Amino acid sequence: MSGARGSIVGIGELKPQRLTSGVTTLEMIAEVSRLAVLDAGLEPAAIDGLLVGPQVGETPQHVPATIAEYLGLAPTMANVVDLGGASGAGMVWRASAAIEAGMCEAVLCVLANNREEAAPRSPNRNPIREFDVPFGASGANISYALLMQAHMAEYGSTARDFAMIAAAARANAQLNPDAIFFGKPADVEAVLASPMIASPLHLLEIVMPVAGGEAVVVTSAERARSMAKRPVHLLGAGEKVTHRAVSQAPSLTSGPLKSAMARAFAQSGTQAREMDLLSLYDCYTIMVATTIEDAGLCAPGGFGAWLRDHDLSHKGDKPLNTHGGQLGFGQPDLAGGMTHVVEAVRQLRGEAGERQIGKAELALVTGNGATMSEATAIVLGAA
Amino acid sequence: MSVDLNMLKTPGPTITALTKPFWDAAAEGRLKIQHCEDCGKAVFYPRPICPHCWSKRLVWKDASGRGRLKSFSEVHKPGHPGWLPAAPYVVGLVELAEGPTILSFILPGTRPLQVGDMLLLAPTSIGGRVLPAFKPVEPRAEEKPQ
Ligand SMILES: [Zn+2]
Repeated sequence: MSGARGSIVGIGELKPQRLTSGVTTLEMIAEVSRLAVLDAGLEPAAIDGLLVGPQVGETPQHVPATIAEYLGLAPTMANVVDLGGASGAGMVWRASAAIEAGMCEAVLCVLANNREEAAPRSPNRNPIREFDVPFGASGANISYALLMQAHMAEYGSTARDFAMIAAAARANAQLNPDAIFFGKPADVEAVLASPMIASPLHLLEIVMPVAGGEAVVVTSAERARSMAKRPVHLLGAGEKVTHRAVSQAPSLTSGPLKSAMARAFAQSGTQAREMDLLSLYDCYTIMVATTIEDAGLCAPGGFGAWLRDHDLSHKGDKPLNTHGGQLGFGQPDLAGGMTHVVEAVRQLRGEAGERQIGKAELALVTGNGATMSEATAIVLGAA
Repeated sequence: MSVDLNMLKTPGPTITALTKPFWDAAAEGRLKIQHCEDCGKAVFYPRPICPHCWSKRLVWKDASGRGRLKSFSEVHKPGHPGWLPAAPYVVGLVELAEGPTILSFILPGTRPLQVGDMLLLAPTSIGGRVLPAFKPVEPRAEEKPQ
């Protein structure tokens, strides 16, 4: 493909687990990296680029060197990508850019996390800790509840509109045996009947934190042609970071993904409505609602009607998060964002099994971090 | 919410020399924010440079204490265990009359809260310190900002 800026040639994924015991993050990174490199049909020594997440369990600093040493790699490009849930998608374009810049030829992008019973509280000392926490606002739930309430007030969107997103994710997860909610569907009524956590946000509209890991291998489009698996090309990317605390958000009803997606569509010469798969970051139901609107799939405030008009299953006209999304699959911390990349690669390769979508040529993958703060969008295309 | 908020074991602010004027004023029941003498904009939270124009000419001024509710949430499952005895309680985003938005604790009014409600500064003892909380302006109440 002439417009390809790089290609994903390998994927790896660990089955999510509620808790781990006596397993380190480094061990999980090694397991999932091996899966991705095996899938690419590469020798480990061929990996000369390494992108990793921040504050990997055992080691807050020197993370790339620690992981390179652990994996026996000596990369010529190594870096941390610290964009929360946007880190996975953010890694994919950075890998391509590093290859285009002549720094390396095959990049391993890896995110994983263990999840022990008693994790220590984070030692934050930042404006959120000083100016939000003392007023009773700790954690992401309240931030996304505030975004959801603002959307309801501005557009009259309803609890039922948002619940449809969680129900669709659970329905799609019934076709993914690895999903944490496989065998546990939840319809709109079940979502609305689940406990209120921070109004208007219900328990089942929030991702379940799990342990897990995800990895992809990126190389140049030219080199991808000789790889074991059918490559998936990066056609366009966009990114935008606007704030950290929800109080500082420039808008509560539209986020930085709007500009990130616009750039990704412009770079790839595509439009939102052309996408065969929507692999949209879904930490909370409100995130999907805002992304559908920011993508231009409907007018601002119109996501509820849009959902009623479309079938989000793999057989539907608008397949959305066919792996179950993080709402159905579970959120393995920062690797959660990478689940959307890995599923898009499976679909565009035609390897999604019983949840394979029909036409699978173009996919939009979004990543979102912090409080609708850090946004990355990539458009992927089948070879 | 019948619990004595001042008895809560909630985490306090992590004050620095730069942010101390805000918290000193808060302890006296006032809301003090920075203003930029170059671009004229109000700044919250406190910074060493203006985030709008990067000027260092920032001065502290008392805010009017008036604001508008941009959004709110009734918190049933607090993120910090110290808040559990107070749940459910309300936090909100308050757009100050001066421009910036502050996240704050919202005291109950006589009517159900709505986005767009006008609010007034209501200094409140929470967890052993006075914080700049807010309360709804009651209809026909002749309240003045403090
Ligand atoms: Zn200024």
